[in-house]
Amino acid sequence: MLEAQGLDCERSGRTLFRGLTFSVAGGDLVRVAGPNGSGKTSLLRILCGLLAPTQGEVRWRGTPILRLAEEYSRDLVYIGHASALKDDLTPYENLDIACRLASVQVEREALVRALDALAVPALPVRKLSQGQRRRAALARLLLSRGVPLWLLDEPFAALDAAAAAHAEELIARHLKAGGSVVYTTHQQAALDSGARVIDLAVN
Amino acid sequence: MRRRSDAATALLFFIIVASLFPLGVGAEPNQLRAIGPGVIWVAALLSTMLSLGRLFAADYADGTLEQLALGAAPLGVVVAAKAIAHWLVAGLPLVVIAPLIALQYDLERPLYGVLAASLLLGTPVLSLIGAIGAALTLGLRGGGVLISLLVLPLYVPVLILGAGSVAMAAAGLAPSGQLLLLAALLVVSAAFAPWAVAVAVRIGVE
Repeated sequence: MLEAQGLDCERSGRTLFRGLTFSVAGGDLVRVAGPNGSGKTSLLRILCGLLAPTQGEVRWRGTPILRLAEEYSRDLVYIGHASALKDDLTPYENLDIACRLASVQVEREALVRALDALAVPALPVRKLSQGQRRRAALARLLLSRGVPLWLLDEPFAALDAAAAAHAEELIARHLKAGGSVVYTTHQQAALDSGARVIDLAVN
Repeated sequence: MRRRSDAATALLFFIIVASLFPLGVGAEPNQLRAIGPGVIWVAALLSTMLSLGRLFAADYADGTLEQLALGAAPLGVVVAAKAIAHWLVAGLPLVVIAPLIALQYDLERPLYGVLAASLLLGTPVLSLIGAIGAALTLGLRGGGVLISLLVLPLYVPVLILGAGSVAMAAAGLAPSGQLLLLAALLVVSAAFAPWAVAVAVRIGVE
């Protein structure tokens, strides 16, 4: 259970949001909405602990995330704007490194299967298109089923319809298994109907 | 290592800078022997400097650094591993090649060992302190020049002790004092630098 208590965020002297309080329980799907520059990415980064809020705190299972540090990191997957893929390595190698860093134990076959499922070619990442890179980054989700909290920043950006549908299905399965997902998106996704919305525009 | 050229540039830079001095100041053996240790050490500082910019910059640009900060391992351990990797690529080759450079300066045979030992103890300190500079300048414009301005003054003790140990040995005295002080610097920086780098990286990714 993730709780945000009275979050204020100020970036370069501008107040993005103020007094944001909400909680995300297991099985919850939360969409962060708002126009460009309203602080959606900042909010996700605060939730995963990369950014310190100006005021307020984030708690995971009742303990402030600052105190949990790596213990909290192990319980979440954050997929940001930047794909965190190395241009010189293949998607397989990238995924392998990502799993090792997150200390997720995976078999070689599971890695290959995850990349195949998303139809990511086995070329160095520099040769991949924007959408293929995004798929390669999302392949991590296939291997992170046991990780309870997913924080996804624009997971559907640059994806074609088939890949977006696949990603939505992954999210749906994760929710059914009791996981929580917080995401931002500009595209209309079928998922949105089931999501609770945090609208940063009205804040 | 998919970019072999990156590793080679630091080493070649060291060799070329160290080779320019004999060509520039002339082949007077006594003069070369006197400036040799200092020049080799300054060249080592500059070549370490050269590769520091790449330590975190690429990871910062493609988002890997965020994932490292969110990794299951403490960030201090991860950045320590990166500093060790930097030393293996940028520092260790200098230690190996240094006796060959010493030949150009007509240093006496027993000094080769002292020079290599001083570099072996000193270059990891350069990587560790350099990592602090690289992390502090993340995302800043003109970061490359800033790293030099931040880090070079901090390299001064290493330079003095490193070059001093060889000069001591050349004068026929025991270099162990300087080498022990270098070892002490290494222990202190190995203990505290990763922590400082981790803090700087966290500020950088924010």
